[in-house]
Amino acid sequence: MEKFTVHEGLAAPLDRSNVDTDLIIPKQFLKSIKRTGFGPNLFDELRYMDEGYPGQDNSQRPLNPDFVLNLPRYQGASVLLARRNFGCGSSREHAPWALMDFGFRAIIAPSFADIFYNNCFKNGLLPIVVEEDVVDEMFGEVAANEGATIRIDLENQLVTRPNGETVSFEIDAFRKHCLLNGLDDIGLTLQDAESIRAYETRRMEREPWVFQTP
Amino acid sequence: MAGKTLYDKLFDAHLVKQRDDGSALIYIDRQIIHEVTSPQAFEGLRLAGRQPWRINANLATIDHNVPTTPFSNASEIEDDTSRIQVQTLENNTREFGITEFGIGDPRQGIVHVMAPEQGAVVPGMTVVCGDSHTSTNGALACLAHGIGTSEVEHVLATQCLIAKKMKNMRVRVEGQLGPGVTAKDVVLHIIGVIGTAGGTGYALEFAGSAIRGLSMEGRMTICNMSIEAGARAGMVAVDDVTIDYVRGRPFAPAGAQWDQAVSYWRTLVSDEDAVFDKDILIDAADIRPQVSWGTSPEMVVPVDASLPVPSQEQDPVKRTGMERAYEYMGLEPSMKVSDIQVDRVFIGSCTNSRIEDLRAAAEVARGRRKADSVKQVLVVPGSGLVKQQAEQEGLDRVFVEAGFEWREPGCSMCLAMNPDRLLPGEHCASTSNRNFEGRQGNGGRTHLVSPAMAAAAAVAGHFVDVRELEKAE
Ligand code: SF4
Repeated sequence: MEKFTVHEGLAAPLDRSNVDTDLIIPKQFLKSIKRTGFGPNLFDELRYMDEGYPGQDNSQRPLNPDFVLNLPRYQGASVLLARRNFGCGSSREHAPWALMDFGFRAIIAPSFADIFYNNCFKNGLLPIVVEEDVVDEMFGEVAANEGATIRIDLENQLVTRPNGETVSFEIDAFRKHCLLNGLDDIGLTLQDAESIRAYETRRMEREPWVFQTP
Repeated sequence: MAGKTLYDKLFDAHLVKQRDDGSALIYIDRQIIHEVTSPQAFEGLRLAGRQPWRINANLATIDHNVPTTPFSNASEIEDDTSRIQVQTLENNTREFGITEFGIGDPRQGIVHVMAPEQGAVVPGMTVVCGDSHTSTNGALACLAHGIGTSEVEHVLATQCLIAKKMKNMRVRVEGQLGPGVTAKDVVLHIIGVIGTAGGTGYALEFAGSAIRGLSMEGRMTICNMSIEAGARAGMVAVDDVTIDYVRGRPFAPAGAQWDQAVSYWRTLVSDEDAVFDKDILIDAADIRPQVSWGTSPEMVVPVDASLPVPSQEQDPVKRTGMERAYEYMGLEPSMKVSDIQVDRVFIGSCTNSRIEDLRAAAEVARGRRKADSVKQVLVVPGSGLVKQQAEQEGLDRVFVEAGFEWREPGCSMCLAMNPDRLLPGEHCASTSNRNFEGRQGNGGRTHLVSPAMAAAAAVAGHFVDVRELEKAE
């Protein structure tokens, strides 16, 4: 997994609440058996005027000129500013894969759906919860200043807003540690293999049926 | 010290290790696998040279991509990418020695229908699947929730998940449900009350006399949509209904183990003095048959109501959301629900494709015919076994005589990954769980309803109050 320490990047505002994972990456693109290549289809239905399908040459498709990520001033954005309950809906990890593949490294919103939030961390994408009125002000700051950037310092848990003020954010210590060091969860868990085996032995006595197949 | 909630008990019973940083390693008893969210997980195992930790903890089937017209071999799936996913799962399960209910196996079906049906999920288990509606299994007093693909790989490799304890919320529905009011209406009503983010960060327990009065199928419908209320997991405590449901299922314990299991399962209830972080009380008598009108499951109204007016909404974020939903749905504020015309009807999905759901739909369809204005009515059983059962009861004939199409099991038009889908602008009465934009086909407009309400809409050509229909008999 890619490390995340400090990131400063162009911010793009997605002014819409309850953005669901179907909207982030529509289901026809879930048919891929890879983890990469989803970027061109991020927000496919909002981004293009036609209906997308896998394996298409996306460069030939008509773009929706009004969609925020198509505006020239947001090209190259790497921090997504979003509204409440971002990432609701299905558990598809294709959503963070698509956001990462497009170039986003962090998302700032007043709240996230649980599974999406969790999936982001597995992929080095940092979801940051910031109070709703502050997010609202940041939307204003980004709109008012072309080229506005946001800086994120994970170690110190600080977001620097376009207006220069800093906001602190909460993050679970374990997730922070993994992200800062780019650690692979599985490897870490396997260091506890003995605890897992000991647990299985205890469980097998109490609930043997759990371990049997017909 | 306060007592424990059902969720506390399940969590504690699976705790392998509490880490200093607040995260915990919890043991996973059962993982269900399907073709869409697993290929990258198996690939990850292969690349790292890892083997599954406990092969028999896993059970696989195909559902999202399968056509619902008869086919007998993966090579008959026309869509290249769908076929590749189905074949990839076949190859992966074979390579790693995991049991798969594949094409032609009567046990094949939607993951969340198949697993409880097989007894592959029993009370007290932790259950995961790369699919958010895994919460369905919580009806069996399990801790069951959806996970992402990285976690599918993590569970395959370690049989554990890194978890953080959720908060406890109880939703009590007390009293008697009115006639024509089903589990689907109860859960849509609950979502309408708490909102689609109301359960975020919580494990939900559904309780109260109205919930206890439901069958296992009904409880599964309710737990299924916990995720639409923002909660990863929803559950119902063990009672006689739970135990009767599990008895005799293929993977369930038998003989002396059965008694041992039952006495443990009986403890899987929240203690009297357990404290919930949030406790919500709903009067069953307030619940009427529901219809969703917008693009989020919380945008729901009773069938005899009219649609809400955005300008009356105080919250600006919600107001914008409503305006956008009206535009997408092509509907007007204040219009009556019964004035919404329906182009297609979908009866199926992990929310409502079990035998009881099909019986409820058939009850309405019996002796009636689909309206001419309705282009298609799909009835898609949740599994091969549900299909067999329905056919034994003659439900397939009832549907066919009513002009409905009787299909093969799968997810079908719930998310339109297979050829079953809406055309742009079409309105669909659907028994599924999500009404997001484009969910059932690009530009399609979904209205979430119960199976009886869906069948009634198919017959009338627009939404009707199923209670009125019953009276007309
Ligand atoms: S029926 Fe629909 S919601 Fe259920 S698992 Fe299939 S696609 Fe997901």
